[in-house]
Amino acid sequence: MDEIFGIPAPLLFGQLLLGLINGAFYAMLSLGLAVIFGLLNIINFTHGAQFMMGAFAAWMLLEWAGLGYWWALLLVPIIVGASGVIIERLMISRLYKLDHLYGLLLTFGIGLIIEGLFRNEFGSSGLPYRIPAELQGAWDLGFMFMPIYRGWVVVFALFACLATWLVIEKTRLGAYLRAATENAPLVQAFGVNVPRMITLTYGAGVALAALAGVLAAPIYSVNPQMGSNLIIVVFAVVVIGGMGSILGSVLTGFGLGIIEGLTKVFWPEASATVIFVIMAIVLLARPAGLFGRA
Amino acid sequence: MTSIDRRSLLAATAAIGALPLHRARAQAANTIKIGVLNDQSGLYRDVNGPGSVACVRQAIADFGAAAKGINVEVLVADHQNRPDVGVNIARQWIDRDAVDLILDVPTSSVALAVNQVVREKNKAYINSSGATSDLTGAACSPNTVHWTYDTYMLAKSTGGAMVRAGGDAWFFITADYAFGHALERDTAAFIRAAGGRVLGQVRTPFPGTTDFSSFLVQAQASRAKVIGLANAGGDTINSIKQAAEFGLTRRGVKLAALLMFISDVHALGLATAQGLVCTETFYWDLNDRTRAFTQRVLPSMPQGLRPGMAQAGCYSGTLHYLKAVADMGVAAARASGAETIARMKAMPTDDDAFGPGSIRADGRKLHPAYLLEVKAPGESRGPWDYFKLLQTTAADEAFRPVAEGGCPLVRS
Repeated sequence: MDEIFGIPAPLLFGQLLLGLINGAFYAMLSLGLAVIFGLLNIINFTHGAQFMMGAFAAWMLLEWAGLGYWWALLLVPIIVGASGVIIERLMISRLYKLDHLYGLLLTFGIGLIIEGLFRNEFGSSGLPYRIPAELQGAWDLGFMFMPIYRGWVVVFALFACLATWLVIEKTRLGAYLRAATENAPLVQAFGVNVPRMITLTYGAGVALAALAGVLAAPIYSVNPQMGSNLIIVVFAVVVIGGMGSILGSVLTGFGLGIIEGLTKVFWPEASATVIFVIMAIVLLARPAGLFGRA
Repeated sequence: MTSIDRRSLLAATAAIGALPLHRARAQAANTIKIGVLNDQSGLYRDVNGPGSVACVRQAIADFGAAAKGINVEVLVADHQNRPDVGVNIARQWIDRDAVDLILDVPTSSVALAVNQVVREKNKAYINSSGATSDLTGAACSPNTVHWTYDTYMLAKSTGGAMVRAGGDAWFFITADYAFGHALERDTAAFIRAAGGRVLGQVRTPFPGTTDFSSFLVQAQASRAKVIGLANAGGDTINSIKQAAEFGLTRRGVKLAALLMFISDVHALGLATAQGLVCTETFYWDLNDRTRAFTQRVLPSMPQGLRPGMAQAGCYSGTLHYLKAVADMGVAAARASGAETIARMKAMPTDDDAFGPGSIRADGRKLHPAYLLEVKAPGESRGPWDYFKLLQTTAADEAFRPVAEGGCPLVRS
């Protein structure tokens, strides 16, 4: 059992683990997208830029305010989430009556503008952000060398996804959210302030993206294009999982991370394409996505 | 009040839109147009991008074009690292805007594609940021000068130094396009020639790879002593950052950053980048002339970046091109790109960024190559004091000998 398909088993286990870590980012980002789409019917193409803003906000807190990683984990989602609330109130809320396409174009445009502004200010090479002292170092797992920080990312992402799922499925607030998704006028007739709930939902989705950005800052170079590199894959994840399906997007995120990780061993050149091949197949077989309702 | 109907408004708008075009064609007599085509928005932006444009403008000012009666116009475009986009812009520039010189063009796949277009249209092409040594090899052209560096030079200097230091077993992490392939090929040739071995390689999708951990773990599993990074810009930064995270360097594996720019070191920070060895043909703090050039251009550099070698190459290339234009006259230079390039080859080069040099028959610009080591944080005495000089390779030894390149121009 030393080798599986000609690849040494230890190497394969390592790649599975690394795939899981990348999957954690996919899951967190696609979760935010799914939440936003579920309630707002908006395909939030600003998501990548908001992920990038999260990483930059962490860097700014450290450089300009001296607040480290742990503070960033707490404050950045609030700050970037608030910026999301402003965008929703000022712009996105005007488009709910129109076709999906308009929301997509608006958010895509906003994303490009944000990216351009950051690029003008900070260039493209990126900024250094160090792994917090508590999470430095690595475990020797025998089959591979596992940085403690990456383990932390998986655990934290799982926790964040679980918490979001619990809020939506098991609380009264979540019940309102789901009801409003089904029939907003009726929920409003019961005295629930639906527009405010929608605004806060968008803020929460954006906060999740920003949180993922903070998690990513010490691993990837903090640069303006870090979001656009990831977002296309994340959209594929959402489409495969089923638009608007919370659990579907999380499971698909982790699953596709693993598949991508394995592709990096067996056929590295195709690792950027494999997710889209899967997307095409899933759309042909199940147009509503793996976990979506037709 | 007269009302304007929609149709006449549209016609008026169209007419206004056409105006600048007519003007542009009318003023062409003593005007030279330089098109800077590079990455303005992606992972190579800080390596060339707006910094290259600033260096081109500095060259025009230093040359004193206006005082010599030459009007130089600079156009800028973003090729997004895509050959189709680059070729379209190059064609538009030449056909519609009457551009005479196309400059910079990073990303080897785009560099090679634009090389074809410029030759076909008989304009001039100075490539500064592109790396593939094929530009002066199989793909060499009478309309092209390859200015700053190439994959053969990098392979010989950095790769050769690593092998001499005992790194004889290599694994490559290669960006999967023309540049990565050329850099891997040229480096592997030096490794084998020096008795070393290449244990394996992995080709990473370009652009769009952000996580290199999987490839780094594969590299480590190969038990290579040296991991050769045949990539650039943001890819190199992420590879080095993640190699540190996975403890590869602490376990005695050496990283060979085969192409690394000063902006990459700046982004990594000295704490992560210290000890890395790389090769440049220009470093701002090399001597009095390079420092003087840097001081002049610094106010117009974006984000306070110090110019890197690719950007300095745009300065040096523009300056030499304008010298040739002044020498032969604007009309003659505009008439034939190949003639202009031939004149550039006939004249010795000299400027603050690269010092004295020359251009070979195959289009290779010759100047010394510097093997540099990234300083430790404690050694750095000020902002952007990043490199110490390990070794200088003379101009006539730094690049591939003409005979080995297989350039058809030279054989005939």
